Amino acid sequence: MNILVCIKQVPDTNEIKIDPVTHTLVRKGVPSIVNPFDTYALEVGVRLKEQLGGKVVVISMGPEQAKEALKTCLSVGADDAYLISDRKFGGSDTLATSYILSSAVKAVEEKEGLKFDLILCGKQAVDGDTAQVGPEMAEHLDLPQITYALDIVYEDDKIQVKRECDDGYDMITTTLPAVVTVVKLPYEPRYATIRTKMAAKKKEIPTLTFDDLKTDEAYCGLGGSPTKVKGTYTPNREKNGVKLNGVEANDAGAQLAEWLQTNKIL
Amino acid sequence: MANKTDYKNIWVYIETECGQAKPVGHELLNPARKLADEKQCQLIAVVIGKDVEEVAKTAISYGADSAILVDGPEYEYYTTDAFAGAMEQLIGKYKPETVIIGATNNGRDMGPRVSCNLKTGLTADCTDLAIDEETGNIAWTRPTFGGNLMATIMCPDHRPQMGTVRPGVFKKGAFDEGKTGEIVKEDIHIAESDIRTKLIERVKEVAEAVNLEEAEIIITGGRGVGSAEGFKTLQELADELDATVGCSRAVVDAGWMPHAYQVGQSGKTVAPKLYIACGVSGAIQHVAGMSGSDYIVAINKDEDAPIFDVADFGIVGNLFEVLPVLTEQIKKQRA
Repeated sequence: MNILVCIKQVPDTNEIKIDPVTHTLVRKGVPSIVNPFDTYALEVGVRLKEQLGGKVVVISMGPEQAKEALKTCLSVGADDAYLISDRKFGGSDTLATSYILSSAVKAVEEKEGLKFDLILCGKQAVDGDTAQVGPEMAEHLDLPQITYALDIVYEDDKIQVKRECDDGYDMITTTLPAVVTVVKLPYEPRYATIRTKMAAKKKEIPTLTFDDLKTDEAYCGLGGSPTKVKGTYTPNREKNGVKLNGVEANDAGAQLAEWLQTNKIL
Repeated sequence: MANKTDYKNIWVYIETECGQAKPVGHELLNPARKLADEKQCQLIAVVIGKDVEEVAKTAISYGADSAILVDGPEYEYYTTDAFAGAMEQLIGKYKPETVIIGATNNGRDMGPRVSCNLKTGLTADCTDLAIDEETGNIAWTRPTFGGNLMATIMCPDHRPQMGTVRPGVFKKGAFDEGKTGEIVKEDIHIAESDIRTKLIERVKEVAEAVNLEEAEIIITGGRGVGSAEGFKTLQELADELDATVGCSRAVVDAGWMPHAYQVGQSGKTVAPKLYIACGVSGAIQHVAGMSGSDYIVAINKDEDAPIFDVADFGIVGNLFEVLPVLTEQIKKQRA
């Protein structure tokens, strides 16, 4: 089974700082990581390949720096990696991004001389949190999609996907090729070893640009994006509430009960 | 690009499954009603499902002027191809200016499929809606970077302008049983051979439906609860207050509670009347999911826990000592 995994390099959102004046992200000093959901997509992809044979290729759209994230993927089981990068792609919203990535799927298939049976994405990137690029790629490529996957099993030319829902999960099957977005797995992604890191370091990561993808510029980048960011702000959620510190539990509990009653909250 | 003047009215998609509406559709009729009044246009509920005429009537009672109904056996359970296919046909025919979809797993599965098919913009997982005074476009506001930043997005040149909106952010409006409106039935059917995914089995892992979004009082436990066993103390207070118990992400990661109970950016967004956070540190991802609560109470051993910044009433102390006292005191008040 030939598998394509789409990954994104993101800032570690647990470490994020927002500039209080400009309301923009302070990128300096914030570590970049492979989007955590994408690491699950890669792990399940690599396991399917180990079981069935074939190849796992990772792609990422982003600046030159995103090659670091692709190297990380190469060190944990991906066979090949491509960076999708061009100034013309900058400022793309999800529609433009999914258009570029779905064009990249075809370009990578040509380069590799194969057809992908399965395209995997993380359910969403932790910076943008949209969860839209996977389904939009499926639409561009006219493929079936299953989102919010918790596990993927291959059986008789089909995949069976455990899909997260409100109070449990659904088991859903689909034919291949298909697009699946992954939330989590019953197991953790593997770690790189010194040997796999060394091998990944040596591996060349080709860059595919606007000219390689045969995309229409009208649908790329800021100009090709129907949605526009009008503004950003830092939410102010702070309250000047009562805070009991060093008050004995009996007394504190009683004061809270009284406060709830006085304010007619209960 | 679409000729913008051809597109009129605001649609709210009412998600159904097995003939029942998900609460978020009715919630969204409330803010959408205000937007429609401001724009002086019609608010139309779009209902897709099996045996769902009653759902369409309910949507009118919750504020829609009229409803469009697509009913058929293929819509009993959600599939991407059937629901997105029906929605695309409806939008093609009626040309709504705005389409609002609940940001459930299914809504976020269908929405991008439809918007991409129509080559228009979709704003994900919004928490606020307004009309931009200058342009008349919908201003969609959403948390990004794990809730650290809010962004306002517009779709100025493409129609319809579409967005998914988080469940639990808006409260349902008044229910007017006597309100009437037209229900237009659209005979749209998707052939079985065009539905490329098949539901084989549905497994319920939670004994009863967890309805955090509709709860009036939520008592949430975090890492500080220490174990699955520790939640008993929270449940005792919940029983007394007729409250719902929730948890933070750390609790789900530790395996003490299922994901269905999780409040926060990667769980449920809630806005109850009273939110009692016990042993929850208050990471921004958690706060993003509960800061809309009317009153917030925090109990935590760590006096520097960020949860105290957003609390109306905070107690630095051991939750296992404070909660039983609170439960007893409330029993006394009510005796």
